[in-house]
Order: sequence, then C-alpha cells, then structure tokens
Amino acid sequence: MRGETISPSPVGLWQRLHLDAPLLVALLALCAFGLVILYSASGQDPEMVIRQLIRLAIAFTLMLAVAQIPPTALQGWSPPLYVVGILMLVAVLVVGDLGKGAQRWLDLGVIRFQPSELLKLAVPMMIAWLLSARRLPPTWPWILLSAVLVLLPVMLIAKQPDLGTALLVASAGAFVLFIAGMRWSMILGILALVAALAPMIWIGMHDYQRERVMTFLNPGSDPLGSGYHIIQSMIAIGSGGVDGKGWLNGTQSHLEFLPERHTDFIFAVIGEELGFTGILALLALYLFIILRGLVITVSAQDRYGRLLAGGLTLVFFVYVMVNTGMVTGLLPVVGVPLPLISYGGTSMVTLMIGFGIIMAIQTHRRRPQV
Amino acid sequence: MLESNFDERKREGRLVGTRALIAAFIVITALLAVVLRLAHLQLAGHEHFSVLSRDNRVKVQPVSPARGLIFDAKGILLADNHPAFSLEITIEKVTDLAATLDELGRLIKIEPQDRARFERQRRQRIRFQGVPIRLNLTPEEVARFAVDAHRFTGVEIRADLVRTYPHGEDTAHVLGYVGRINEQDLARIDKSNYAGTQHIGKGGVEKAHESLLHGRVGYQQVEVNARGRVVRTLESHPPVSGADLHLYLDIDLQQVAREALGTERGAVAAIDPRSGGVLALVSTPSFDPNPFVSGISQKDYHALLNSPDKPLFNRAVRGQYPPGSTIKPFVGLAGLEAGVTTPRRSTYCPGYFSLPGHSHRFRCWRRGGHGAQNLQQAIAQSCDVYFYDLANRLGIDRLSSSLADFGFGSVTGIDVADELGGLLPSREWKQRARKEAWYPGETLIVGIGQGSFLATPLQLAAATAAIANRGQLIQPRVARAAQPPGEAQAKPLPLVSSRIAVSDEQHWQQLIDDMAKVIESGTARRIHSTSYRIAGKTGTSQVFSLGQNQRYNAAKIPKHLQDHALFIAFAPVEEPRIAIAVIVENGGSGGSTAAPIARRVMDAYLGAAGSGDAQEH
Repeated sequence: MRGETISPSPVGLWQRLHLDAPLLVALLALCAFGLVILYSASGQDPEMVIRQLIRLAIAFTLMLAVAQIPPTALQGWSPPLYVVGILMLVAVLVVGDLGKGAQRWLDLGVIRFQPSELLKLAVPMMIAWLLSARRLPPTWPWILLSAVLVLLPVMLIAKQPDLGTALLVASAGAFVLFIAGMRWSMILGILALVAALAPMIWIGMHDYQRERVMTFLNPGSDPLGSGYHIIQSMIAIGSGGVDGKGWLNGTQSHLEFLPERHTDFIFAVIGEELGFTGILALLALYLFIILRGLVITVSAQDRYGRLLAGGLTLVFFVYVMVNTGMVTGLLPVVGVPLPLISYGGTSMVTLMIGFGIIMAIQTHRRRPQV
Repeated sequence: MLESNFDERKREGRLVGTRALIAAFIVITALLAVVLRLAHLQLAGHEHFSVLSRDNRVKVQPVSPARGLIFDAKGILLADNHPAFSLEITIEKVTDLAATLDELGRLIKIEPQDRARFERQRRQRIRFQGVPIRLNLTPEEVARFAVDAHRFTGVEIRADLVRTYPHGEDTAHVLGYVGRINEQDLARIDKSNYAGTQHIGKGGVEKAHESLLHGRVGYQQVEVNARGRVVRTLESHPPVSGADLHLYLDIDLQQVAREALGTERGAVAAIDPRSGGVLALVSTPSFDPNPFVSGISQKDYHALLNSPDKPLFNRAVRGQYPPGSTIKPFVGLAGLEAGVTTPRRSTYCPGYFSLPGHSHRFRCWRRGGHGAQNLQQAIAQSCDVYFYDLANRLGIDRLSSSLADFGFGSVTGIDVADELGGLLPSREWKQRARKEAWYPGETLIVGIGQGSFLATPLQLAAATAAIANRGQLIQPRVARAAQPPGEAQAKPLPLVSSRIAVSDEQHWQQLIDDMAKVIESGTARRIHSTSYRIAGKTGTSQVFSLGQNQRYNAAKIPKHLQDHALFIAFAPVEEPRIAIAVIVENGGSGGSTAAPIARRVMDAYLGAAGSGDAQEH
C-alpha cells in the first residue's frame, strides 16, 4: 500500500486507555443529569438514587473493560455470540411455556439474565460481521440472509412478548444494513412491504398489544391504563412551560398523577420541573452523543468497525426517539426506557457495553501498513 | 492491485460517510419533531395545561368487584365474602416508617405477629400498593384512627371483603383458597382488571374458575386535596361482581367421606355418572384454608409444609398411585374387545405365571393358586395369573391404547386447578422417558396395575363412571352452573363427554356383572348391601417390591411402606347414581380398608343409612 502519510501520531493518554474523551464526558454528564432528576422523581428517596448509582458504576466499569477489547477480536466472537443468544431465547420460550405466562428471564441460578438484551448487541455484530466479508454495498443475497438473521431473534422476542425490545433489535439490524449502503430502492421496497404486512402483524399481536395501539388512537378509551398515563404525562409536560416548576416542585409527579414517573415516564418529570429549556439541554446532550457516534463511524478503519459503530449509535437514537415520542404522545406506548436516565438496570448495562464497543472501534488503531 | 484496493477503500469510505450524513440528518429531523411537539405542549399549550394541572384534583381510582360466592348442590354456602376493615400503610408515601409505626401502636394495638406479617408482605409488595399492618379492626378502632387520620400521611383504613370458607378443612383441597397476588400471578392476568384487587384464586375451584369468580373492575373519579386525600367522588362506574358458582358437590357427603377416611392418609372421589358432576372430592389430612387468605405466618406454613402427612397435598387430583387390581375390569374389557378372551374361556392358576422359555415366576397374590378361573371368577377373586396371561396375549400396544380410552395417562380436565395425569406405560413412553426397549414381562405388570403405571383417585372414579355409563366418558366437573350478578337463573356450565367405542355392547353388561360379583361373593363381600346392589373392584398396590421368594407380612413392615388400599365402585348397579374411588395410603388391603369407606359414602348418598346389613366376614 502506498504511504497514506499517516504519521505515527503521538499516542495520547485517552487512546492508551482506549477511551473517547468527548463521548465519555457527555455520557457522564447525561448520567449525572439522570441522578438529579431521579432524586426528584423517586419522591426524594436516597436509597433509590444510591441503587441507581451502583448500577451506573457497574455499567461504566463494563464499558471500560469492553473498550479494551480490540474490534478484530469482537469480529471473531460475533457469530458464536449470536448463536448463543438465539439458543438462550429459545430456552426462555421453552421455560416460559412450562410456566404459562410472559417469560423474559433466564434463571441461571446465581443471576437472572434477560437474553433479549444480549441480542441488542449480538444482532448488529452478526450483521456487521456478515457484510464485512465482501465489498459494500451488499448485494441482494446478502441482504436477504441478513434479513433472516435479524427477523429470527425479533420474532422470538416478540413472542415473549416484548414488543419494545423486538423493535430495538430489529432497528439495530436494519441500521447496519443502512450504513452499509443498501440501495434506496430496496429500502423503500422493504418499507412498502412492511406497510402491506401491517394487517398481518395486527392479527399476530397479543390482545394487550392491540389494546395499546387502540389506546394510542383514542387515549380516553382506557381510563385505568395507558390512555390515562398519556393524558397525565402531557399535562405534566405542558404545565412545565419555558422554565418549569422547579426541581422537586412538580405537582403532577409528586401528587402521583403521573404514573411510572421514575421509569418509562421520567421524561415528563423533566418537562414539568425543568421546562422547555431543561428538555432542550437534555436533547442537545443526546444529539451530541449520537453525532459523536456517527463521527466515529465515518472515521473507523475497517468495514466491521464502521458498520457496527453506526448500528449501535443509531439504536441509541431509537431509544431516545421511542421514549420521548411515547411520553409526549407522538408515538404509541411501548415499554422503552429513556436511555441512561430511567431507573432500572438491564438496558443501561447493554447500552454502556455498546458505548464500550464504539470506543474500542475509535481507539484501537492499526499501525499504518507499509 | 494496490491501486484498486486503495480506490476501493476510498469508495467505501465515501459510501459510509454519505450514509452517516443522511443518518445525522434523519436524527436531527426526528429530534426536531420532538422539539416541535414540546413547543406545542410547553409554549403554545402552557396556559391550557397549567390550568389542567392546577385543577388536577381528579384522580381515577379502581373499585374492585366482589368475588362470586360458591354454593354446594343444596345451596349451602361454601365460600363467602366477609366485610372487614384493615389498616394499610403505603410505604412510598411515609417519610419516617419507624416513627409512624410507633405512633400507630399507641393508637391501635399492633401485635408482634402483625409486625412480622407486615415485614414479610412489605418485601413482596408492588410499589405504591398499601401493605396491611392490622387486619380485622373493630369499629372502635376504626373510629379511633379516623379521628387522628390527618396525622398519618400514607396510612389508610381499607374496607374489604375478605374471603372466608365456613367449612374450612372439609373443602380446602377441592375449593382451594384465595391469596395475595404475587409477581407470578401478575404475569398471567390482565393487570388493569385486577387494579384494586389484592387476592386471586390459588388452587382448586377458586383458581380453575378465576375468570368467572373475579368479575370486572370498576372505577371512580374522585377529587383529592393537595395531600392526596379523597374529598368527594365525582363520577362512578361500579364494578361488575363475579358470578356465583353452584356446585355438584354435596357438603354433607363431603363430610361423610372425610369422616370415613378418619385419620388415614387418603382420598375419596365420588362422581354422579349421569352428569359427570363431582359429589365429593376429599383428600386427608386436610388444613384450614382461612389463614391463607390474610397471609399465614411463616411458622404455621412451614409446619404444614414439612408435616410427614403432607396436608397441603391434594391427593384426590395430584396423588398418583399404582391402580393395582382396580385396573382388572378395564384390562378384562380390553381382552374381550380384542377377542383374546371370552367370558367362558378359563385360565389355570397354579399360584404363579411364567413367560414361555423363562423361569421367572410372576406370583399370584394367593400363593396356593386359584385353580381354573374364567373372567368373572378372576375379577371376583382378583386372580393375578389370569390377568398376567391376558395381558401377555394382548401385548402392551393394545392394552395401553384400550386403557387410554378410559382416560388413564392424561388429565381428566376437571375444574380443580393443577390436576396431574398419572402415567400409562407404553412402548413409546418407555423409549422417550428411559431410552429403553419394552420387555414382555412389563406388560404382565401393567396388566395388574403395578410397576410404572400410575393413576389419580379422580381418574379411577371417572373411568369407573364410564363403566357405569356403559361407555359414556364424561369430564368430571365440580361446578354445575354459574350465576352472573343480577340474573335470576344460574347458567349451566358446558359438559364435555365422549363415547368409548366397543365392538359388542354386551361387553359392558358382562363387565358390570363381573364387578357386581366382587361385592356379592368376591374380595369385597364384607360390604355387601341388601338395600341396593353395588358393583366394584378392590385393589392393593405395592409400595415396594418383594424378592422372588419373600412373603408380604404387614406386621413386619413399617407403616409407610405397607401396601396402599384401593377400591372402585358404582351403585345401584341397575341405574347407577354414584361412582366412587377410594384410596388409603398404606392402608393394607382394598377389601378391608378402602371398601367400607366407599360403602359409608354410598350409603349416605343413596339414603340407606346405617351399615347394619353389611355382612361381616
């Protein structure tokens, strides 16, 4: 190869730690913001904030650890990880059948583990691995194979039933294909196909899932359920105005009109207490993280790194979009948390491992080949 | 080559770069849509929503429906709702729990066991759901708290209907009980229909008919003050109570059956063969279900759980026992149907049976042998050799499929939750479960209801009812009808029945005559009745195996290893109104232990009270 005049630039401290400073700072800011809001949303329960802090510490540690793994190693692990994930999903369904009910957890004795979380990483890794073997953009056969590899876990997860996670896993796979340069005609064709299949999806849905869609179309129809949630959440956000009612002063949240205020609906607490300005600050932080992820995508050195970094970044975007869309009444109620802010541990750990991978892609640079 | 490789990399870099740029554009557009929506809510809609928020004094509260009552066949109440007041703490709303508890303790008596139950339920609670600190408050206590209620944020009096079972131990197994909803229950129910409800059926009829008994949740819109207390009710959508259940079960007969079993461990299942209705379903020893409703103490629960007699175990539908000789009439029918035997054909019993070419001796229970036996004699005397020979000539495939027709090996489908289906051995089962081929010797053992063969008392009763019905196999049901609130008439619940096909209807008569002979002059002659005719079959099933030349001697074997006593019967023979199966664990022989219990139940049901005409031998 001709000298790419990449002078062996002095390897900085951050690179030796395999951390991306801008991303790290933004993530820390986001989590700090989340803890402050959680203190208010939990009804000033320090115990809850401490538990969340412990989870965050674990998640950050895992991120640090994963960032040390060279992406070439991750590339090799992609297919086995994917296979293990699928096997665990099947195991969960079998156990669930025996238990006669919704079953998402696999009890490994010591820890309970949600295999669908693993697939949020394993699916984009698998597709990136598959497409990185040949030149981009991928051709039809490879796109079809990718579609099968994405839809298999998605259907297994939708059967659990866990619509929110199924959606996230599907978008993870789809975004890798998008970044890989899948032709626009194909993208439009698939979108048209999904629209045409919508009635069939409706038939395949569980009753409660249909109910949620109906509630979205007519929030007044379910006064004890999610319709009430949406109305109260819109009142909370709207009454916040430009500057908000002030931290710890949200009436909607503290008088318990707002449901799930420390988990899925925490965005409404932010809207009520910190107002439009507070929310803009939060959205700006999210936007910065996503754009930084895309910059890393473009500057990644190999195909696998590019595809995976892009896919993981855009899944994070889907989290933000689905949650804020739901809380503001733009989208139907799907159980997706506000990433790194909502109380709860499982998705947080997965997300931070994802950022660990993105940092690894950014910082493990091969020496220029001569 | 190097050149093109480099170009290729540049081209791909450009492609991914373009896509990332488009993605960034989509992300910004989508977030802009959220910002616009927020502007719509927070800037344009601010006035509107501020008013709504300030006036947001209206809360929606669920109102739980009253659970359906359960009545026996004669209209006697078996499961009631009893109004009771309890004091509840919503821990999330309390700032200093210890101080609150101290304050409360000065106002209302709180016993250490109340504290213990509170601590236990507190750990399993669902967030923002109240946890009871005291149950069954007296009216004075309610009044005393009401005066000081303003001092206790997060503490509330709750008026509830508490489930009670007036016949407690008599109905514990068949009805089950209701208990507090836990995480597992939450996974299988419609949460919004259970908003405000704290109990759910945990077993028996209560669990099997949960959807009928529960009803439909209602809600009310209430106005609350700044501290969240209800000021007045604005709008109310009342709940729909659950349907009342009317059972086939006869509580008097249930009591008779329980008394007849006495202190033995065992079970009685009695069915009306005409309807499939369960007249009595008893498992002993029993337990009092009432403490389970409010939350039984850990100590009492462990005492029940660890008792060697297993009182919590529902032997009638979950106890799986080798059916022993009670299976012989069914095997006899299989033989007649397959044409491998006839009523006249006889087999010589020298006291043992050996497969051709084998020296192993399969023993008859009578060591001296029965001599020549035809089918009727073999059933009446319970000759094992006859059935070894018959099973051998039938082969396991025909035997197993014929027994499956009577429901052996699968659940009956009774409306008592968590029933087990026993085990009907077959070639496929053995290959699947043990990865082994079938041996001819095992067929012989199945022919006398031993070995791996397992059946529940309920399965035996249902199969006996099918003989009494001459082939009509009806799914046993405890509940006869459901009466939704406000309806004058109870609606009958559907029955499921199927027909066991036979080549010759005469075979049923033959079988019934053979079983009548058991009572007239056979192994159960001690329960012979002059007021009505009974058809039955005794059984004794081994708990552990004896060696080739060992003798069974009850006096030398510890009680828990002694044989189980079984008996199946129906009566009157001419027009059967009751079919029954009795099992007494380690009770010895079916004829002497189990049959008299069945007789007492049949006497009580058929109105021939007193056992003066029972012949003692």
